[in-house]
Amino acid sequence: MSAHVVGSWRAALIAVEHHWTWYRRNWRATVISNFLQPVLFLLAMGIGFGSQVREGAATGGYPYLVFLAPALLVVTAVQNAMFESTWVVFSAFKWQRTYLATVSTPVTPAQVLNGQLLWIALRLAAGTAVFLGIAVALGAITSPSAVLAVPFATLAGMAFSAPVVAYSATREKPDSFNAIFRFLLLPMTLFTGAFFPLAQLPGWVHPLAWLTPVWHGIELARGATFGTLRLLPALGHVAYLSALLALGVVLGRRYFHRRLAV
Amino acid sequence: MSDPAANVTNVTPTLVHANGLTKHFGSFEAVRGIDVEVSKGEAFGFLGPNGAGKSSTMRMVSCVSPRTGGDLRVLGLDPDTDGPRIRARIGVVPQQDNLDTELTVRQNLQVYGRYFGLSRAAVRERAVELMDFAQLTDRADAEVEPLSGGMKRRLTIARSLVNDPDLLLLDEPTTGLDPQARHLLWDRLFRLKQSGVTLIITTHYMDEAEQLCDRLVVMDGGRIAAEGSPSELIRRYSTKEVLELRFPPGEQSADEVRDLAERVEVLPDRVLLYTPDGDAALAAVHARGVRPVSSLVRRSTLEDVFLRLTGRTLVD
Repeated sequence: MSAHVVGSWRAALIAVEHHWTWYRRNWRATVISNFLQPVLFLLAMGIGFGSQVREGAATGGYPYLVFLAPALLVVTAVQNAMFESTWVVFSAFKWQRTYLATVSTPVTPAQVLNGQLLWIALRLAAGTAVFLGIAVALGAITSPSAVLAVPFATLAGMAFSAPVVAYSATREKPDSFNAIFRFLLLPMTLFTGAFFPLAQLPGWVHPLAWLTPVWHGIELARGATFGTLRLLPALGHVAYLSALLALGVVLGRRYFHRRLAV
Repeated sequence: MSDPAANVTNVTPTLVHANGLTKHFGSFEAVRGIDVEVSKGEAFGFLGPNGAGKSSTMRMVSCVSPRTGGDLRVLGLDPDTDGPRIRARIGVVPQQDNLDTELTVRQNLQVYGRYFGLSRAAVRERAVELMDFAQLTDRADAEVEPLSGGMKRRLTIARSLVNDPDLLLLDEPTTGLDPQARHLLWDRLFRLKQSGVTLIITTHYMDEAEQLCDRLVVMDGGRIAAEGSPSELIRRYSTKEVLELRFPPGEQSADEVRDLAERVEVLPDRVLLYTPDGDAALAAVHARGVRPVSSLVRRSTLEDVFLRLTGRTLVD
């Protein structure tokens, strides 16, 4: 069959295949940040620091390690999303210019975006699934319903990723990525209830935490793991995360088009 | 009156048709209304200094950059509405390589081919053919990053052929390459032309244009300054020969020889006399007692045409 225009979903899948081709050659470089780092966190915080924490109301009545694990799953997904949504996207526009090559084929800028987001989602899902397995092996997770934490963490990661990908598509220089890391990602992972309950923080912080995808992700992941998730709040969290994701996709489409069809 | 259908078969199909084509970036007018026709099987060139609007034109024809105004048809289709369908049938070699430098030579070809809807088996086979064509077979499974500029350029050209395009667009294909690499590329492009691929090339190398192009336009300031075959342009805008007289710096003068040629141009170290007969002009120069350090009679080239049309002033 000769060259032809492929459908939108097919184009995104071919883009995923492209990323996978890269990943097969270069996965070793990603192992430390994607897998080793979260495991070290689980060991240091959950087992090391956690040994000094008494089970109580603040830990939902669970040992600290068990309290921490599902939240760390979400934090890991969002942290992994950070690099994939900033430097990787920026490079594809500016350094490697692979997006520019792709839009010379029948593929459109919107399909390039779809492919990139789909790839990130798969990376996050795979990363959290592996992390879940390690957490189970370490005895940090015992509840079978914790499997739900994987899609929830992935959704939270994507709710962060999509708007950041859109933002990255507007950058001519990568200068601001470190600021995102320090002033957005770091507080978002530290002060949204992963390591201690939000209730420990002053009241004015709470609304800020509620804005972050991490807090919603943690609520979902913990709720699923401990069986405390109720339908209505769950729908609310999912709706909020989906809205962030949708906003990112809409903006991303606009910015990818603006950048690639000039 | 003859049957109109019978006429159609005699006409070479037009692959690119532009009429009053413009491109603006904000208030900057990169392309200011150009008319271009490229027929099937032709090698067509856009010549011009940096900033003349060549690349902007190429990007519009490649259907990656929407036009601001005018009419444009590529392969008979409108890029505004049929971009993907057109892109499926054209090959694009951009000015800057945009290879995936962390993949191998083979993977670059295969991955790119997949975006054209080709099966895995088809791109595997095609990659082997193209690596052979681009003389990259012995580097098939090497990463692209450390390859030389010439190899990367050949790979970019090979990649642009993965979909077996009807029309190949090359934006400054040999800029920055050493002479060996340029000649190898020209040879490959010439083979493509022989095999019936229509080529559109931008360049600011006149020897490249003379080597490759059947027909070309000279662009300057977003407009077309001249159009024709290389020999037509030389005939129209220059003389058959050029007599170059070299003087010690500061000692040259055009006044004594001005009436010996159709046109005289004074450069910092040389005086150029545009004349139908260089040897006769040289004899006349000597007869007047003018003694240059050296002299040279040569044929007019496209470069003379180019410099006449676009000036010697640096534009960037």
